[in-house]
Amino acid sequence: MRAIITVIGKDAVGILARVSDACAKTNVNIVEVTQSVLQDMFAMIMLVEIDKASVGFEELRERLNEVGDATNTKIHIMHEDIFNSMHRI
Amino acid sequence: MLETKDILETINMIDNENLDVRTITMGISLLDCLDSDIDKACVKVYDKIMRSAKDLVKTGEDIEREYGIPIINKRISVTPIGMVAAPCQSKNVVRFARAMDKAAKELGINFIGGYSALVQKGFASGDYALIESIPQALSETDFVCSSVNIGSTKAGINMDAVKMMGKIVKQTAEITADRNCIGAAKLVVFCNAPEDNPFMAGAFHGVGEADTVINVGVSGPGVVRAALAKDGAGKDITEIADMVKKTAFKITRMGQLVAKEASKRLCVPFGIVDLSLAPTPAVGDSVAYILEEMGLEKCGCHGTTAALALLNDAVKKGGVMASSHVGGLSGAFIPVSEDAGMIAAAKSGHLDITKLESMTAVCSVGLDMIVVPGDITAETISAIIADEAAIGMVNLKTTAVRLIPAIGRKAGDILEFGGLLGSGPVMPVREGSPEVFINRGGRIPAPLQALKN
Repeated sequence: MRAIITVIGKDAVGILARVSDACAKTNVNIVEVTQSVLQDMFAMIMLVEIDKASVGFEELRERLNEVGDATNTKIHIMHEDIFNSMHRI
Repeated sequence: MLETKDILETINMIDNENLDVRTITMGISLLDCLDSDIDKACVKVYDKIMRSAKDLVKTGEDIEREYGIPIINKRISVTPIGMVAAPCQSKNVVRFARAMDKAAKELGINFIGGYSALVQKGFASGDYALIESIPQALSETDFVCSSVNIGSTKAGINMDAVKMMGKIVKQTAEITADRNCIGAAKLVVFCNAPEDNPFMAGAFHGVGEADTVINVGVSGPGVVRAALAKDGAGKDITEIADMVKKTAFKITRMGQLVAKEASKRLCVPFGIVDLSLAPTPAVGDSVAYILEEMGLEKCGCHGTTAALALLNDAVKKGGVMASSHVGGLSGAFIPVSEDAGMIAAAKSGHLDITKLESMTAVCSVGLDMIVVPGDITAETISAIIADEAAIGMVNLKTTAVRLIPAIGRKAGDILEFGGLLGSGPVMPVREGSPEVFINRGGRIPAPLQALKN
């Protein structure tokens, strides 16, 4: 299954690196990344493949939350379908 | 890949605008549980509910986690117990309520609906005993909800049942007076009750439904209000209606996704998505605030009915394309005690029961969660039910009455329920006695609108 990771918060050094690191350690493959910085607000969106992840969905979410706490950002991971169904006909 | 702004919009709806799936409701038929021995029937009812819904809560929680959508309630609706109790010939129908409550507690669900009777044209065997037992059933159980359908466009209005329900509503409030009259909040009197409604307290599983079925109720008044607040300034009403439609579409798509996924995982057929704007007492999650966002100084002022009609219609139009099957109540709810904006408007005197009655002609349900003085007579409650049922009957729509007589309190006092039920100011009702009219009994004939064949 593919999921979307969103990272929203104040821009700082190393956010991308830390999130990518968490993905690598759990064998989550990053398919695509887009990021934008509006004024000093940072928004990063990652499309990831989690079928081969070494941990379950809940564990993965907890690890990302830890990264969020450490970088003072808000991180969500959600099934890709929620966005597809809401925004595509 | 998806657009960044779309993804952020969804996240914002969930994080800041109270977007949620209000309920996954599993409908369970109890028609195979009939037995002339009430002990055996209750065991069968309990077993069937436990067997059918054993994975409901876990599945709801799994979907909630994976999709990141809050799913607030997991509920069950069953075949109207009036029918299930029919063969028992027993006065002790309340035992079915206990069996339902026990199953609800063990399954960890939030509510179980269907302690119900359909008497729009007359009382069948079992119905009378069931209705008589409602006060006791709602006071002895925690999760059981009850509803009685007393009228329909096709059948007219059963005024004997209307008379009876006035007494039952009052008794239910009295018997639970030490718990803020909570019993009455779990009792709905319907006209044109839908058989696939996932929302409480009026949910039951219609006899034309499959053995088990998954119905989903969405919500999202906060999202609609936020959309209007963000982009609505200076727009004309056509554009406002379009904005509501687009937002309702997105909300309903989410509900459809959850419904399909729950149906697949539970191996239970998907029934309908009920695309309702269901408010909660949380500030910002209010239907009244949407109406105020459209330009009314206070919900309840002149113009409120027109604004609500627009909202109710636009929600349906937006939602209907987003789901393969739409049903239930679908529209905008106006439960006073559950809506921060309605509570404020009622407290400030802008919203009274007569304005609410006219609003129910264009909203999706009826007079909902309205706290009335404790000394209200049973006949006045019956008359309010009759008025509301007449609006539903003539306009071919569902109407309902959920009044809470606040025993020991008078107009202007506040009754606190807490949680999703909120709190309500006691609203005065109109003077004058309808006693003779109500005591006539009989049946209001079905209107000409019923003769469509």
